[in-house]
Amino acid sequence: MATGKEIRTQISSVKNTQKITRAMEMVAASKMRKAQDRMQASRPYAKIISKVACHLSHASSECRHPYMIARKVNKAAIIVVSSDRGLCGGLNINLFKTVIGQMHTWEQEEIEIDVCCIGKKASQFFGRIKANVVTQVTGLGDTPYIMDVLDSVLLLLSDYKEGKIDKLCIVYNKFVNTMTQEPVLYQLLPLKFGNPKDEMPAHWDYIYESESKELVEELLNRYIESLVYQAIVENIACEQSARMVAMKSATDNAGDMIDSLELAYNKARQAAITQELSEIVGGAAAV
Amino acid sequence: MAMTMQVNIVSAESEMYSGVAEMIFAPAELGELGIMPRHSALLTHIIPGEVRVVSNDGKKEESYYVSGGILEVQPHIVNILADVAYRAADLDAAAAAAAKKRAEEELEKNQGDINYAAVKAELAEAIAQLRLIEKIRKKKSL
Repeated sequence: MATGKEIRTQISSVKNTQKITRAMEMVAASKMRKAQDRMQASRPYAKIISKVACHLSHASSECRHPYMIARKVNKAAIIVVSSDRGLCGGLNINLFKTVIGQMHTWEQEEIEIDVCCIGKKASQFFGRIKANVVTQVTGLGDTPYIMDVLDSVLLLLSDYKEGKIDKLCIVYNKFVNTMTQEPVLYQLLPLKFGNPKDEMPAHWDYIYESESKELVEELLNRYIESLVYQAIVENIACEQSARMVAMKSATDNAGDMIDSLELAYNKARQAAITQELSEIVGGAAAV
Repeated sequence: MAMTMQVNIVSAESEMYSGVAEMIFAPAELGELGIMPRHSALLTHIIPGEVRVVSNDGKKEESYYVSGGILEVQPHIVNILADVAYRAADLDAAAAAAAKKRAEEELEKNQGDINYAAVKAELAEAIAQLRLIEKIRKKKSL
């Protein structure tokens, strides 16, 4: 059985750990609020641009943009949005499981796979399992700029246009609420749309004031950029809330541990006192 | 009551306007457009300038500054996807003037630089902002 002093040092070290986890919990909580605000702020744009892109896909224009045409898939690319830092529970691991599952199905269909990693955790993980990582972006911080990831995204888009890849997906954590985050896989290219809710005639096309090809290209590029950006900010909100929850439970666990250690310490102290007493009594009786 | 259409003005950072309107004016690439309900479908770039939204039987007019973007028109919907948008009243005259001066200086200094187009765009934005501010001032003084 550990002696009193050993237990005391153990208790104080657990207390220090608890201080750290509690501080991290509070930091994550305040960052989470900001991340959520950012996520809400860019939602309207994403919503409207997806509406416009959806309208565009239903227009009967003379030329179909390559983004809208599905072809036989020989090679697919996947954008994995992860966090830069760990200590956020099973967030990244759950995400990677989804990716691995998808990769297995693709492998069975004999589809080659490129990976684009956003966030340090993803590039570490996919580097370790020797996936074919074509681009990676790390160190985005808490306020991501679309400019930072634009190069990678444009690279994948031009690959798609040149026919090097035939499918582009993105995987990120969807923010359901503070307690729940859900890894989702979303197909970016070829573009997939449901039916527009707004009523439309059967056959129509836009009047293009500028050069139609350029305009459509720009619109669709922006649409994809906005989807990627939305995925990134959503993932950051997820990261912070997952970290908050993980750190909260770590703080609670540290509290439990301190309780049990204190119990053990008191027992040891009590035993020492009892032993001392019985020794004194035994000594007195002998005299 | 006049016929109305749904108007959405969004920028990457926020939603500027979402509601019904009778008419909307926007600075398209080939000149200013006035759009009323049941306009035929149209897709165009917009340039830095003012977007005006007329609503409430022509009694209410709201003015926004956009720094460019894309305009989509459907018979009963108008969507403006702006790069950056402000309420016209929030425009900062001093900041716009400073931006204009900065851009002009840049242009003087590095002619033929690769950033030429970017600086030129910046200048166009600053000028458009200043023009709008001037217009609002005039309206107030009347």
